[in-house]
Amino acid sequence: MIEWIIIIVSTIGAAAILIASIGIIRMPDFYLRLSVTVKAATLGCGLLLICAAIYFPQISVTTKAIAIMFFLVLTAPVSAHMIGRAAYFINAPMWKGSVRDDLEGKYDRERHRLKSSQEIQNEKKDI
Amino acid sequence: MINLSAYFEYVILPILAISLVLIFIRLYRGPEVVDRVVALDLLIIIGVGVIAVFSMITEQSTFIDVGLIVALIGFLSTIAFSYYIEKKGKK
Repeated sequence: MIEWIIIIVSTIGAAAILIASIGIIRMPDFYLRLSVTVKAATLGCGLLLICAAIYFPQISVTTKAIAIMFFLVLTAPVSAHMIGRAAYFINAPMWKGSVRDDLEGKYDRERHRLKSSQEIQNEKKDI
Repeated sequence: MINLSAYFEYVILPILAISLVLIFIRLYRGPEVVDRVVALDLLIIIGVGVIAVFSMITEQSTFIDVGLIVALIGFLSTIAFSYYIEKKGKK
């Protein structure tokens, strides 16, 4: 019974990682690549770690595997946000089919600060 | 009764190897430096998965500790790369 659970969960995890790698090579744009890969790879790696947690009977190993999973789920969005922000500041090119850029004009490029909508409205009033 | 370690060796590890090769292609080609940083981050995350599978194949639960350290190093390296890339664009 437990073998079948491990086989099903690990297959889903490996498939998610494969989808992430196909996404990173096929997507046309940095932002699309980031959005595809980080989520799918974190899901796949978390599922493989769940397999390890089920497989080993010792409670210490299970705790460690779940701790790694928790750490990955906690840190992947943080690192993805930081690298996306850096890419926006160095003007990574967008795909030509992109429809809208919500951040356009909202970043203060000198001080690297995001303006609130209140400040933008005040600037429009001054003009 | 199925042989679990044979399934890992002949199905799961080849899938992970193919995805590592595809990510290496992006790491080699990547037009921007941020593409390369994301590819490196993804390589490290998949490395943690490979370590988990390998610890199940060899039945050595000590390898899980290695995965913890690798995940920590990957997070810190991505943070450091993005910090300095952003600083480079500032001047």
